[in-house]
Amino acid sequence: MGRKLLFEHIDKPGIRGLEGYRANGGYRSVEKALKTMSPEAVLEEVKKSGLRGRGGAGFPTGLKWSFLAKPEGVPRYLVVNADESEPGTFKDRYLMERIPHILIEGMITSSFALGAKVSYIYIRGEYFYVARILEQAVAEALAAGWLGKNILGSGFDHEIHVQVGAGAYICGEETALLESLEGKRGNPRIKPPFPAVKGLYDCPTVVNNVETIAAVVPIVNDGGEEYAKIGIGKSTGTKLISAGGNIKRPGVYEIDLGITCDEFINSDEFCGGVEGRAFKAVVPGGSSVPIVPYELFLKTPAGENRLMTYESLADGGFAQGTMLGSGGFYAYNDAQCIVRSTWNHTRFYHHESCGQCSPCREGTGWMEKVLHRLEHGEGRTEDIDLLWDIQRKIEGNTICPLGDAAAWPVASAIRHFRDEFEYHVHHRQKVKDPKHFEKEPFALSRKFATA
Amino acid sequence: MSARTRPITTTAGTRPFAFSEAALAECKAIMARYPEGRSKSALLPILHIAQSENDGWLSVNAMDAVAHVMGLQHIEVYEVASFYSMYNLHPVGTYMLDVCRTTPCMLRGSDDLITHLEKKLGVHVGETTKDGMFTLKGVECLGSCGTAPMLQCGAVFHENLTNERADALIDELRARNSRTNYTDR
Repeated sequence: MGRKLLFEHIDKPGIRGLEGYRANGGYRSVEKALKTMSPEAVLEEVKKSGLRGRGGAGFPTGLKWSFLAKPEGVPRYLVVNADESEPGTFKDRYLMERIPHILIEGMITSSFALGAKVSYIYIRGEYFYVARILEQAVAEALAAGWLGKNILGSGFDHEIHVQVGAGAYICGEETALLESLEGKRGNPRIKPPFPAVKGLYDCPTVVNNVETIAAVVPIVNDGGEEYAKIGIGKSTGTKLISAGGNIKRPGVYEIDLGITCDEFINSDEFCGGVEGRAFKAVVPGGSSVPIVPYELFLKTPAGENRLMTYESLADGGFAQGTMLGSGGFYAYNDAQCIVRSTWNHTRFYHHESCGQCSPCREGTGWMEKVLHRLEHGEGRTEDIDLLWDIQRKIEGNTICPLGDAAAWPVASAIRHFRDEFEYHVHHRQKVKDPKHFEKEPFALSRKFATA
Repeated sequence: MSARTRPITTTAGTRPFAFSEAALAECKAIMARYPEGRSKSALLPILHIAQSENDGWLSVNAMDAVAHVMGLQHIEVYEVASFYSMYNLHPVGTYMLDVCRTTPCMLRGSDDLITHLEKKLGVHVGETTKDGMFTLKGVECLGSCGTAPMLQCGAVFHENLTNERADALIDELRARNSRTNYTDR
């Protein structure tokens, strides 16, 4: 069993409140940073840790922080991205609900390193009840002197505000989030300039995911090198994975990066294997990452065991790999239909496209329409190539990555499960029953049937 | 629904709207959270408050009141209200049942749950029951994939739903007959 850095105390009684959190060593990183370290030294530890953004992109956090512009007399901001909306992802909600002070602590320590006097938590509107928990935690921290003026006599001032969104997946994209935080429609901005130069209110801003900021706590407490001892290569530390779909034990797990995919999906410590039937496919990192057949999730194209790391999951490129993404993991059993699931994915992206870029606004709706007719027994053979063509025209042609995120699930589904799409064209009557594969599972693609 | 700006309702919005004193004080407090000249940042939170004070939806009058309180142009409020899916631009039932239907929920049976709720309530997704009690809404991923299928009503997540548990919830809500809002504490 690996080390728990974020979840070590998550089941302790009273951990949600400041008292319980303090009793378990909470706010040590603030004491250590503000009393014994310079902001540069904190940044150095984060760099040494190898921590990568936990929201999905996996960009090195220390590097992102080092890009922050520091012009004289201009405020800087830290904005925490708690807009967790990537289908399959519920790790941040779990963390904020159970142990909110670890986020507040991480924000204070990180803001000290960045020189930000004000930080915001932008949380999705549907998590209103979690926002209340965070507001309570902020109030407790303020009353106890962890926030406010001259914290611990260090001369460092900091305030935290909690901002709720109102239902828009796109606001998880950092520039759309900033637009929304400024009280506007969540339309992503053209980059550059990047938020590190021109972010919130046109000021230098760092936007980080909840889990990323929480990970700063153990990094500062134990040192970046200690953190980097966990994991393999450029995938260091622990990662929260929220597991759902047709597995025996759904939930949020903190794993050491580097355990095998087989262990994660089949061991009783984590997902516990499939419920009742056989596994068919896996989406390991939120709906935007390529879907892969179960066998290809377990083994790389070279036949080696695949590991839960950024690199190993991506091994094989887009043709045969996938991505760790946000850690929004879900698995399909053999009763599930890939065409139906792809239609569902596409409806999601159509619903959530902000409408700024035509390829995404029009393309997602078009794909949804074509997939709807395939799944409902009205498809034509040429629809499959049409879908391929549409997704190719979206990918790379939009301001923000939502276009790519909408294209990849379609591309990977066709790539790995093309014969299932063809089945839908040739068995129109059968697929009109929404549960067409429940009694008679579709035989897995020839390529992987014996892997 | 972001891709297409949703039409706002002008016909049913003739009822006057005014913030309660408590809500007005909360709006002012929220506007004070931001740096000088940046109080527009308070628009989303204040629209939530207005919706809660207007039977769960944003009429033109309610949005105009928000514009007035915040010193914004009306269009600045309309364009934002019509972008975000949690703002209802038409009258809704006493209870909004936001059923998650995105893939991870689908894998765990949300299609069946929706079919069951449609039958139980006698409405389709997107409609309100004749007695004005329930609006059934299909929503996208609510971050509750490990406890699917689920629905949100007001601020509360109802998770691991079976048909029986959903029935019990509906009966309980009907008996209670008091509006829930996202902003409920």
